[in-house]
Amino acid sequence: MIDQNLNKVEKLINSELSSKISGSEIKFGELLFKTSVSEIPEVIKFLKLDNKFKFKQLIDIAAIDYPNEEKRFELVYLLLSVENNIRVKISIKFETNEKIPSIVKIFPSANWMEREIFDMYGIKFIDHPDLRRILTDYNFKGHPLRKDFPLTGFNEVRYSEKEKKVIYEPVKLEQNYRNFDFSSPWEGTKYLKEVKERKKNEEN
Amino acid sequence: MKKTKSMTLNFGPQHPAAHGVLRLILELEGEIVEKADPHIGLLHRGTEKLIENKTYTQALPYFDRLDYVAPMNQEHAFALATEKLLKIEIPIRAKYIRVIFCEIGRILSHILNVTTQALDVGALTPSLWGFEERETLMTFYERASGSRLHANYFRTGGVHKDLPTKLVDDIGKFCETFPKIIDDLEDLLTENRIFKQRNVDIGLVSKKDALDHSFTGVMLRGSGIPWDLRKSQPYECYQDLKFKIPVGKNGDCYDRYLCRIEEMRESIKIIKQCIESLPKGPIKTVDGKISPPNRDDLKQSMEALIHHFKLFTEGFRVPAGNVYSAVEAPKGEFGVYLISDGSNRPYRCKIRAPGFSHLQAMDYLIKGHMLADVPAVLGSLDIVFGEVDR
Repeated sequence: MIDQNLNKVEKLINSELSSKISGSEIKFGELLFKTSVSEIPEVIKFLKLDNKFKFKQLIDIAAIDYPNEEKRFELVYLLLSVENNIRVKISIKFETNEKIPSIVKIFPSANWMEREIFDMYGIKFIDHPDLRRILTDYNFKGHPLRKDFPLTGFNEVRYSEKEKKVIYEPVKLEQNYRNFDFSSPWEGTKYLKEVKERKKNEEN
Repeated sequence: MKKTKSMTLNFGPQHPAAHGVLRLILELEGEIVEKADPHIGLLHRGTEKLIENKTYTQALPYFDRLDYVAPMNQEHAFALATEKLLKIEIPIRAKYIRVIFCEIGRILSHILNVTTQALDVGALTPSLWGFEERETLMTFYERASGSRLHANYFRTGGVHKDLPTKLVDDIGKFCETFPKIIDDLEDLLTENRIFKQRNVDIGLVSKKDALDHSFTGVMLRGSGIPWDLRKSQPYECYQDLKFKIPVGKNGDCYDRYLCRIEEMRESIKIIKQCIESLPKGPIKTVDGKISPPNRDDLKQSMEALIHHFKLFTEGFRVPAGNVYSAVEAPKGEFGVYLISDGSNRPYRCKIRAPGFSHLQAMDYLIKGHMLADVPAVLGSLDIVFGEVDR
C-alpha cells in the first residue's frame, strides 16, 4: 500500500522510472506522465508488475489527432490500481507514420483497444496479433476520427430496387453540412480576421 | 475411429440471444466451442466524431443513445467531466436528484439483464414480470424529463428541471412495493434447478483474469474483487449514503446473477435514503454563463435573454485541459476522457464503455464450453450494443 497523495506518487514514480519519464504533471487532480514511444511497453509493464504500484488494470487507450503539430498523434493510456485506488495517465506523442509497440502481451484487453485506434486513426502497432478493423464496415476506407475526415463521410448505403441488392454510392446531401462561426462580433469573426490578416500581409 | 471435422458457425447478427447486433463466428469441434471471434460495429454511429462537431449542450443527448437501457448514468459521466473542466460544484439538491435517477437507471438495467439472462436459458415468465416494473420506472423518467428513454436530463451544472412534487412520493411508493417483485423473481430463478444447471460454473473468471481483461462493475465483483466507484472514488453524495457492495465468490454466471439481484435491493435502499433527506434549493448552478435562465425571466430581464441566446447558439466555453471522469454505471465503469481546447466544442471525447472490454473477453470465456452456453455467457456479460459500438 502506498500513500494516496498524488504529489508523493508522482515523486515516487519519477524516481523509480527517472530515465524513462520525460515529464509529469498534476492537473484537475489527475496524474499524467509523458514518455517516449520506445519506452511505453517497459513503463506499463513496470507499473503493472511492481509491488508498490500495482496498476493492474488498463482502463482505456485514447488516441488524439493534432493535424497542425509536427508530432501529429497522441496516445493516452489510462491505468487504474484497484489495490491503491489511484489512476494514472501515460501519454506518448509521435509522427504520422511511426509504429507503436503493442502492449497486448502485458494486457490482453489492449487487443481491441489497439484495433479500434488502428481503425479510427490508422496508427499501426508492432507485434499486434490481429490488427484488423473493428468498428467500421467491411471494406471501409479511411480513418474516420482523423480531423481531416469529413463528418458526413464519403459513401452512403441504400437498397437498390433495380439491382435488388444493397449498393454503395458517394454521399449526396440535400443540404450542405452547416458549420456556424460563433465567435462574437466584438472579437472579430473568423472571416473578418482572415481579411484583416490578408490586408496586413499585402501592405507588408 | 470416426473422423471429425471442425465447423465454423455464424451466430447472429440477427439472433434473439445475441442481445442486439452481434455477429459471432464460432469454431466448433462437435458441440465444443474452440474459438469465438465477435464482429462488432454493426451499430457504430460515430458518436465520438459527432460530439467533436457539437457544442457541449448538444453533445449530451448522444450519451442517452449509448447504453439505452440506463440512459442517465451515461449522461452523468459526461456532465461530471465538463463540470471538472469548468471547476464548478453543483447544488446539493441536484446531487440527490442525480443519485436517485442513477439508481433508477441501475434497476432498469439490472431488471432487463436478469430477466433476459433467464430468457436465454429458457425461462419466459421473469421477463414478463420484470418488464412491467421497467415500465413504471420509465414513467418516472418521463415525468422528470419528458421522455421515457432518451432523457437529456442531467445537464452541465445540475439537472434540467426540478422534480414534480408528486413524483418523489410515487418513487417512494415504488420503493415499498418493488422488493416484493425482486423476491418473486428470486423465487422463480435462484433455486431453480434448470437455471442453476445452466449458470453455475459457466463462464468462470478468476480474479487475475478479471483484472487483466479490464473487467469492471459486476463482472469484477462477481469474481470476488470488492471494487465499486461509488464507494472507492465517491462522486455526488454517495459518501453520505449507507449501502453495501455485494461481491461474488466463484466468478461464474450464477454469481453475477446474484450480485445483480442484491444490487437492486441496495439501489432501493439508496433511493429511499435520498428521498428521506432530499434537500430543498436550486437544481442547477446559478451561474448564468453555464445554465440557461428561467423561462419567466426571459420576458423581464434583458440579461437573461442575452444569456439564453448565447447559450443556445454558441454554447458555453470550457477552459482547455484534459480530464477523465468515470461513474459506476450498471454495467461497469463508464468513463469519459474529455479534451477541451478552450472553445465551445470538445476537441476529443473518448468514451470508455464497459461492454467493450467485456465482449472482448468472449473468446477467453467461452473456450471449451458447449454451444448452448454461448447465450448464457453472453447474457451474463450484460452487453448492450449501443455502448459497445458507440
